[in-house]
Amino acid sequence: MLAMVLSAVGDFARPKIDYHALAPEIILAAGICLVLIVDLFIAESKKWLTATIAGVVLIASVLPLVTLAVIGDDTRSMFGGRYVVDQFSLIMKAMFLIIGYVVVLLSTNEIEEGGYHQGEYYVLLLASVLGMVMMTSARDLVSIFVALEFLSIPAYMLAAWRKRDSKSNEAGVKYYLLGVFASGVMLYGMSLIYGITGTTKLTEIGAFITLDGKFSGLEALAIVFIVVGFAFKVSAVPFHNWAPDTYEGAPTPVTAFLSVGSKAGGFVALVSLVYLAFPQARDVWQPFMFVLAALTMTVGNVLALKQTNIVRMLAYSSISQGGFILMPFVVAGTKAAETSLKTIVVYLLVYASTNLGVFAVVIAVSRKTRSGEISSFGGLLSYAPGLTWVMTFFLASLAGIPPFGGWFAKLNAFRAVLEGGTGFGYAIAIIGAVNTVIAFGYYGSVMRQMWMNPVPDGDTTPIKMPSSLTAALGITAIATIVLGILPQLVLRFGDLQDLTGAVAGK
Amino acid sequence: MDFITNDNWLLTVGTFLPLAGVLVMMFIPRGNELLHKQIAVLTAVATLGVGIFTLFQFNFNKAGSLQFWVDAEWIPVIKSGYTIGLDGMSLPLYILSMIVTLFVMIYSWDHIPNPGNPKAFLMLMLVLQVGMAGTFVAQDLILFFVFFELVLLPMYFMIGVWGGEQRQYASLKFFLYTMFGSALMLVAFLALFWQVQKTNPDAVFSIPYLIGHSGDLSRPVQIWIFSGMFIGFAVKVPMFPFHTWLPDAHTQAPTQGSVILAAILLKLGTYGFIRIAIPILPVAAKAWAPYIGGLAVIGIIYGALGCLAQTDMKRLIAFSSVAHMGFVMLGISTLTPLGFNAAIFGMVAHGLITGMLFFVSGSVKDRYHTLEIKRLSGILKQMPKMGWIMGFCAMASLGLPGLAGFWGEFPAIVSAYSPAAGLSQPLFRVYMVIASVGTVLAAGYLLWLFQRVAFGEPTAEFAGLGADGDDPHGASAHGAVHGGAHVTHAVGAAVNDDHEHEAIHDVKISEWIAWAPFLVGIVVLGVYPQLLFRILDPATQVALQAFGKG
Repeated sequence: MLAMVLSAVGDFARPKIDYHALAPEIILAAGICLVLIVDLFIAESKKWLTATIAGVVLIASVLPLVTLAVIGDDTRSMFGGRYVVDQFSLIMKAMFLIIGYVVVLLSTNEIEEGGYHQGEYYVLLLASVLGMVMMTSARDLVSIFVALEFLSIPAYMLAAWRKRDSKSNEAGVKYYLLGVFASGVMLYGMSLIYGITGTTKLTEIGAFITLDGKFSGLEALAIVFIVVGFAFKVSAVPFHNWAPDTYEGAPTPVTAFLSVGSKAGGFVALVSLVYLAFPQARDVWQPFMFVLAALTMTVGNVLALKQTNIVRMLAYSSISQGGFILMPFVVAGTKAAETSLKTIVVYLLVYASTNLGVFAVVIAVSRKTRSGEISSFGGLLSYAPGLTWVMTFFLASLAGIPPFGGWFAKLNAFRAVLEGGTGFGYAIAIIGAVNTVIAFGYYGSVMRQMWMNPVPDGDTTPIKMPSSLTAALGITAIATIVLGILPQLVLRFGDLQDLTGAVAGK
Repeated sequence: MDFITNDNWLLTVGTFLPLAGVLVMMFIPRGNELLHKQIAVLTAVATLGVGIFTLFQFNFNKAGSLQFWVDAEWIPVIKSGYTIGLDGMSLPLYILSMIVTLFVMIYSWDHIPNPGNPKAFLMLMLVLQVGMAGTFVAQDLILFFVFFELVLLPMYFMIGVWGGEQRQYASLKFFLYTMFGSALMLVAFLALFWQVQKTNPDAVFSIPYLIGHSGDLSRPVQIWIFSGMFIGFAVKVPMFPFHTWLPDAHTQAPTQGSVILAAILLKLGTYGFIRIAIPILPVAAKAWAPYIGGLAVIGIIYGALGCLAQTDMKRLIAFSSVAHMGFVMLGISTLTPLGFNAAIFGMVAHGLITGMLFFVSGSVKDRYHTLEIKRLSGILKQMPKMGWIMGFCAMASLGLPGLAGFWGEFPAIVSAYSPAAGLSQPLFRVYMVIASVGTVLAAGYLLWLFQRVAFGEPTAEFAGLGADGDDPHGASAHGAVHGGAHVTHAVGAAVNDDHEHEAIHDVKISEWIAWAPFLVGIVVLGVYPQLLFRILDPATQVALQAFGKG
């Protein structure tokens, strides 16, 4: 008995680990421990240190990404191709780390002034970011699932961070229950896939699930279950119900993080699955994606029109934006596969910078008005012209008006679906075009409040901007404008060959 | 098509120079209003200076080629470049946009509409200028789209913040209409690109390239793509069924907004037709031409009848825009060089004339605080100079020979007599007759307006307000203010009590400066139209190559 175990151990070959490629994850993991330990030993008045450390850790994790990008574009594959660092994952990792950094900037004053547990907050935030970073490299069903839970579970807790506020509790519980339910559905789909193919490695699944006769109803069911699981994560209609309540109840910096970070995490996983595991099963997921995309952008838009609370409005707006990110998936199995991938990458980058910027303004304004109503933005131009202009830029970007990032993301989405040239592609292009116009209804209403309406309570004392918030606004505003005027800067990333092992649509 | 790449920095500077002013103004506190006005006017003067320099550098003997041609890399991944150029068709509109912006700025010197804030107002106007000039120089579809959209937000805010009572409704309507059109237009651009790319793997978004390589597209494909562009441009023009945003936007916009809207923004749509839709998709253009012509004449008649029904002077002028743009579109729909020349001439003339009419109505509103036609009367008595300027513009607008308006309308009607080969001659001759009736109606509504507003005695509520002479600070005028107010209360007319009527004085110095170039332009172009036709003709010949000699 013992001999058997020992002999099995003897067979175990230590996997080759590329420490350079793993450096961001390692730094993050070390940073989590560091914050945890530091938090134990410092006085309550010095807890702000944890925020600083978290910020430094996030920036430090970007450095190895830079060196990796500079050294060359050879892919670094580990654990038998189950954990891969390629161009796609590099750009996405950089995005998640910067999202994390901006969220730290947004949180600093909110969390400190709210008297919440700062140390724990940043530990959980870093853990969630680590999950996202792992997601970009995961090329195996198991590691995708682990990464997903890693990014979700801290987020459940962050959503309920204002623990004396029943709305925040509701946010956390709702998010948790639906998230777990989604994980269950997804896991069931994954188990079916494993049962059919006998492997969990994405590229091997991709080679197995083909169209030549072996394509079965069971496979279709498994794929649909997995996609549904992620549809919950990216809050695609009709799996979106948790989003508005969670976004409204959670502390605003957490909302910003959820609406950008965890949503992008879901999309990254979808990209890996669609491009690596199911490229041949496009007849299953393309129509499904069409329905999801069309419903998501339309329902999100229409419901956003009715909102009076800015955060709820932004929740529906982010649902609708998610519909636009789903748009390229409709043609991701056709000859437009490469354009679609590029589009998704660009859209995520633009959406992240713009949406974080919007939340930065919302946080800044609510520091003064103490209100979440859209009408509290009335007359902002008269006492905070700078914020008004910047917010106008962000909203214009979300609405897709040049020359701000959003137009280019939308243009690319249209470009991709039209390149596909399928009936579904043309149909979703028209639906998308109409939705672009509807969306201006609610983005414009915020602009109208800021520019055209009087200050509701006549109080025009200027807004005091903490420096961290100003920095967050600066980063996001510059990114939004630069992405709109010189999109070529980021478009170098996101080529199909960047996603290692992807089978181009045939 | 050949390109001339002389002095290729000129257009870039001319287009983006206003942004320099915006940047400077950004860092100056809002309270310093005079400085803001100075910087804005200075920027506009500098921009126009670059424009005039461009005019001197322009090779008029080769007005048919794209000059100052630049084809730089911008977004190679999507095959879109920073491609700009200027030919005889775009030159007049490019310069016109600079002129209009400058003189609107000068007019703004002492006419900043409520609620003030010249900093934001002037900054938006400068951004607007970038978008307008950029649209006229862009030779790449994506670049064109960016500039085309760039004008939306500034105009939205201009109407929504500084407009009349219904400003929020009007601005949103304006925005949604235009955005709907441009979203479909963008889809059409992209579809065009992919269709061309099927046979030309190295396709790019450059307009001259697409003109040269769209021949392989099948007729149905062309027609579908054209319809997307049609909606985008027709909303902007605006053509008949898409026009309903225009009266609201014009009526509610501040004077400056109305002038820019009428003088330049409407031209972006017609320009899109002659620069993009028709040259790239000649087959579809031919299929669509009868319908475009039909909608154009409906617009002429509908606009004229709409004018006759208006009770508000500004709204009336707005409806007259619909009619005038109908003439422009009729000229375009004939697909002949004569029609195109007439159309572009009509655009420039309409910009000057209707721009002037909006200026005048803005100034009338400043003095009387109303534009309701039945409350206005006897302007000629109270403000003889203003009254005559208005009469002059009305004459120009109805197409009196010798003034600029004539050379937009008359050739457009004539061109409908013999449309391009392949178009139904009888049909276009019917259009021609209907359009001629439209000119009669135009004379009707404009003269009727002038007669009601300018002739006769001032109405009772304003009767005492006339300035006796040109001295607005005189004691007699001051007395008249109070007298007038009492009269008002006595007759119980519905007057806004928030403000006391000031003495009404005639054309002010800033108005003279702002208006003089418009008035001179109307006369000069009317007397010597060859000035413009000379540079238009070679370019329209090139644009219409696909249709043979009309």
